[in-house]
Amino acid sequence: MILENTFADVWIEGEVSNFKAAPSGHFYFSLKDKDSVIAAAMFSRSNKDLKFKIEDGLKAICRGRIDVYPPRGQYQLIVDNLEPKGIGAQQLAFEQLKKKLAKEGLFDSAHKKELPVMPFSVGIVTSSTGAAVRDILQILKKGARGVNVVIRSVRVQGEKAASEIAEGINDLNKFSRQADESGGGIPHIAGNKVDMIIVSRGGGSVEDLWAFNEELVARAIYASRIPVVSAVGHQINLTLSDLVADFFVETPSAAAKIIVDKKNSLLAEIDNLQHQLNFSIQETINNLNNSVIALRHTLKSPLDRLLEKQQLLDELYSGLSNNMRSFLKLTRETAGSYIKRLEALSPLAVLSRGYSLSMAISNDVIIKDASGLKPKDKVKTILGKGSFISTVEEVNNG
Amino acid sequence: MAKDKQSFEEDLKRLQKIVEELAEGKLTLGESLKKYEEGVKLAQGCSQALSDAQRKVELLMKKEGKSSLEEFDEKGIKGD
Repeated sequence: MILENTFADVWIEGEVSNFKAAPSGHFYFSLKDKDSVIAAAMFSRSNKDLKFKIEDGLKAICRGRIDVYPPRGQYQLIVDNLEPKGIGAQQLAFEQLKKKLAKEGLFDSAHKKELPVMPFSVGIVTSSTGAAVRDILQILKKGARGVNVVIRSVRVQGEKAASEIAEGINDLNKFSRQADESGGGIPHIAGNKVDMIIVSRGGGSVEDLWAFNEELVARAIYASRIPVVSAVGHQINLTLSDLVADFFVETPSAAAKIIVDKKNSLLAEIDNLQHQLNFSIQETINNLNNSVIALRHTLKSPLDRLLEKQQLLDELYSGLSNNMRSFLKLTRETAGSYIKRLEALSPLAVLSRGYSLSMAISNDVIIKDASGLKPKDKVKTILGKGSFISTVEEVNNG
Repeated sequence: MAKDKQSFEEDLKRLQKIVEELAEGKLTLGESLKKYEEGVKLAQGCSQALSDAQRKVELLMKKEGKSSLEEFDEKGIKGD
């Protein structure tokens, strides 16, 4: 009794070992430091609010009282409260949950869905009165006016936040599926498929953002058929929703900017495709045009050959007439010389040099031999200029 | 009304395919012109879908397990 009264409220620091969680819900373990060890029990009424798991090796600060366990006559520490040493209880819980979810594969990139080529309808899970929705809507209004928005308003901090956020994600999935299936059946909802979900809240303290570290939220994001972008305002630590989400950004504005960027790059791509279309058709037409020109060329070439022949003919012709001219000239010259020679041979030319030609009047035969003459014969004599008739007086036969 | 996501993606893919086919230059002039015309229409449709200025901002409400959409009043945002 003295012992129990004296040590009614003690703090003991040590490392947990031999941890056992009994089916009754009570925890039994040892607390030890390098010199000593003490048994400890943490009953279910005390441990039910623990956010983290107690594991061997955990350095802890325990608050409780010293008691005796009568069956063994052993001292033990009845733990009312246990805090991890050097790390906050919340942080430890976070680390443990993160480890667990990682082990289950919730963060695996293989499970991450591609964001749609262009989200035309975006679901936002956030507070409808918060800065996040305002930022997102403003940026969409400026940069991507055609995008429809479905807001699922939830509390983003406080005790109920996690379950509301998880529900919001589920609701948007259900809603989108309804729109998928109804195909016009439900007015207002038909055609309102959700292409992408943004889970968001503006910046805040680690505690403010804690809902986004809760298992419920992480599992809802993981289960979403629709790609989820986590946009929780933070500077340093990633939340579990960031890790599970298909894509994460650090601010709500950045989430909206993804959509605007997609739209702009698509517009640029379409513009580029249009240019390529124009280029290709121009190219096709040019190529065909070139073929036509080439064909026309081929067709034209017999004509060309004909012209060539004509030209050749012209050349030959002009060559021919030249030859003819020189032939004629030559002929004329030859004829001239013949004429001269003919002239030289003309007896008249001889006569002009003083010779004369005589012929008998009786028969006009030129007299070459005097023996044919006898006196009294009449003879005509031709001179270079004029002629006369004479009578033969005497004949001398050479 | 914004173009349906699926048909937009299909149109875009079709457009990309047409551009490839035309670039290969193996089509006849008639085919080329036909594809070109289709491509231009698709490009116009796609960029119009993106430039569409009409949009809706709605709140998804849940009452007794049933979903409904309500117009969202952007003036109601206070901001954090």
